[in-house]
Amino acid sequence: MALNNLLKQNKDTIVKKWLTSTIDIYPADTSRFMKGQKDPFANPVGNTLSVNLGPLFDELLNEMDCKAITSYLDPILRVRAVQPILSSSQSTGFIFLLKNAIRESLKKELSDKNILKELLYFESKIDELTLIAFDIYLKCREKVFGIKANEERNRTFRAFERAGLLTEIPADGPGL
Amino acid sequence: MADLKPDELIARTNFTPPKTGWMDTPTVIREGMFCYAAKPKSVATLGLPYPREWNPLNDDWKLPENWKEIIIEGMKDRLERFRTFKIFMDICVRCGACADKCHFFIGTGDPKNMPVVRAELLRSIYRNEFTKAGKILGRIAGARELTLDVLKEWWYYFFQCSECRRCSVFCPYGIDTAEITMMGRELLNLLGLNIDWIATPVANCYMTGNHMGIQPQAFVDMLDFFADEIEDTTGVRVHPTYNKKGADILFTTPSGDVFGDPGTYTAMGYMILFHYLKERYGLDVTWSTFNSEGGNFGLFTSNEVMKRLNIKMYAEAKRLGVKWILGGECGHMWRAITQYMDTMNGPADFLEEPVNPITGTKFENAKSTKMVHIVEFTADLIKHNKLELDPSRNDNLKVTFHDSCNPARGMGMFDEPRYVIKNVCNNFYEMPRNCIREQTFCCGSGSGLNASEDMELRLSGGLPRANAVKYVQEKHGVNMLACICAIDRAVLPPLMGYWVPEVDVTGIHELVTNALIIPGEQEKTVNLRGEDIPNKDEMDPDEYYTRPDFSGR
Ligand code: SF4
Ligand code: SF4
Repeated sequence: MALNNLLKQNKDTIVKKWLTSTIDIYPADTSRFMKGQKDPFANPVGNTLSVNLGPLFDELLNEMDCKAITSYLDPILRVRAVQPILSSSQSTGFIFLLKNAIRESLKKELSDKNILKELLYFESKIDELTLIAFDIYLKCREKVFGIKANEERNRTFRAFERAGLLTEIPADGPGL
Repeated sequence: MADLKPDELIARTNFTPPKTGWMDTPTVIREGMFCYAAKPKSVATLGLPYPREWNPLNDDWKLPENWKEIIIEGMKDRLERFRTFKIFMDICVRCGACADKCHFFIGTGDPKNMPVVRAELLRSIYRNEFTKAGKILGRIAGARELTLDVLKEWWYYFFQCSECRRCSVFCPYGIDTAEITMMGRELLNLLGLNIDWIATPVANCYMTGNHMGIQPQAFVDMLDFFADEIEDTTGVRVHPTYNKKGADILFTTPSGDVFGDPGTYTAMGYMILFHYLKERYGLDVTWSTFNSEGGNFGLFTSNEVMKRLNIKMYAEAKRLGVKWILGGECGHMWRAITQYMDTMNGPADFLEEPVNPITGTKFENAKSTKMVHIVEFTADLIKHNKLELDPSRNDNLKVTFHDSCNPARGMGMFDEPRYVIKNVCNNFYEMPRNCIREQTFCCGSGSGLNASEDMELRLSGGLPRANAVKYVQEKHGVNMLACICAIDRAVLPPLMGYWVPEVDVTGIHELVTNALIIPGEQEKTVNLRGEDIPNKDEMDPDEYYTRPDFSGR
């Protein structure tokens, strides 16, 4: 468990690196803004990342409670599922960036073979986390498609249906 | 995705994208971020140029050969006609104060959605064609050539601006990027480059009087149906009048309230209020089946089209011989009235300066347009104690208020809606200061962007708004988001469904009539939505409220 202690000790550095590289996936002007603006209401995307990456890291160090992990991952993936500026792989693959963050932060320590071994095990946990992220991302995408397919038109038709007027509207009638 | 080439696929997995400036970053038109092209039939109905089938995803947009000339000529003409346009092109110092204030930038993460860049898309061409510095220095002076890619970039990003004006609040020079977007869209319309979600409602409105293209008899059927529903829940029969000559007031509201949930409950709210005022004070308010739309998607097309649609309200008021016009809970209708009506179709001399006949209040702000906002009107009635209200009937609700961009930043109405809500509801909670009033965040779907195909744009653009709602939901248990805009009532339910599913959406007049004690009413057990009315003594709002299931959640 030597690695776990190292990770705990270096948590702040590692999570910060992870956060920075995750934000840097966005175009330069966007990442500058996301790093600089601390008000959570002015910068919900950056805030969602900075609030949730730390606890996610803690989960990796511990038992990996699926419910807790979902509660930290969902807000992040929910945002990314509606940001076509990122590809699906960029949206979910930010978790892999944690590997780099750890390797860079613990360069010296990782020359120890035993620690390196532990790292291999730890990295498989990161892979697992990525798969969970993928599932959540897909769920959010499905939700978006569901909304696309059903929303305004249906609500309009519903109102008409209630009023028994449904036969009078053209099938391709626009809303509002 | 399937049609991406291998190298493109690899580029999409790159975690360090190239850090080029906006001018050197090519625009990619992405699914989910744009609305479908205008149908030729709708463009032709309006007599606008170049109706044709075209697809934004195709290389060939089937432009007329001299498209460049048309755009440059169009710019020249508008620079001469609209002083604001010329000034906004000249005075930006690129200080960046507006840059991070746009909900679309915040939500999409796309730097070209920074208001300053959005304006630069157009300004760079202005410099190139109309300024000496630009002509001589080119890129150094921030100028660039008008190319096909630039035109496509315009189209993509001017239809990713909801014309909400939030950015203008922060600009030290008062530059209104919304007006730049309007000019951009006018220019695009010269080439037939509109979106269908705007063009078809506008064409419908032009032909039948409302965006839905609903015939007058269906309009009446719908209101009659509402009267039945009202009778079922309150025991009172309301009798709306239609096209009544000599009525005191003509009422105009967006057709969204008549034809879409949950706006329909707000429409019932209006009907109950008018019934109450007729019974109590003899006030005669009439609806028009011809002027069956308060909204004006012309505003999102061009000045001329907006003007054409706006005149209908006044023509109908004149025909019916009413004293003045009362307008419903609409967003952009009020921007058209407050900011443009006077110089567009005004002054409406043939109407009277609006006075509330029940309270004697003069609506000074509507002196010239002759059109009063129903929330001001109701606030005035409450202030003078003219409505009998029992706010505890709304005790199942914990309400927050979304300032719709247009009534807020377009007409400066901040306090009246809050005053009304606080008088009809006992539980009201504000969202954080930088998310309300003049700094309010847009719903993300304004200015004609409320189609389905651009849902990713809408949901990401609506994130800052939803994020603030989520905060009051978590902190205070808020379960109802009130608003005074029909587009909001249509688009906030899916937005909430995605981000904060615990919260539902309502218009203010639904809340008002929940609380209103109607003469002759039966003991109310359910509200207009058919939900049980809370029992005063044993209410816990948290436990009580379960959210009805609107489709789209
Ligand atoms: S008007 Fe609104 S949507 Fe348009 S650039 Fe400004 S903040 Fe963004
Ligand atoms: S705040 Fe005004 S002056 Fe500054 S960049 Fe934005 S539009 Fe230009």
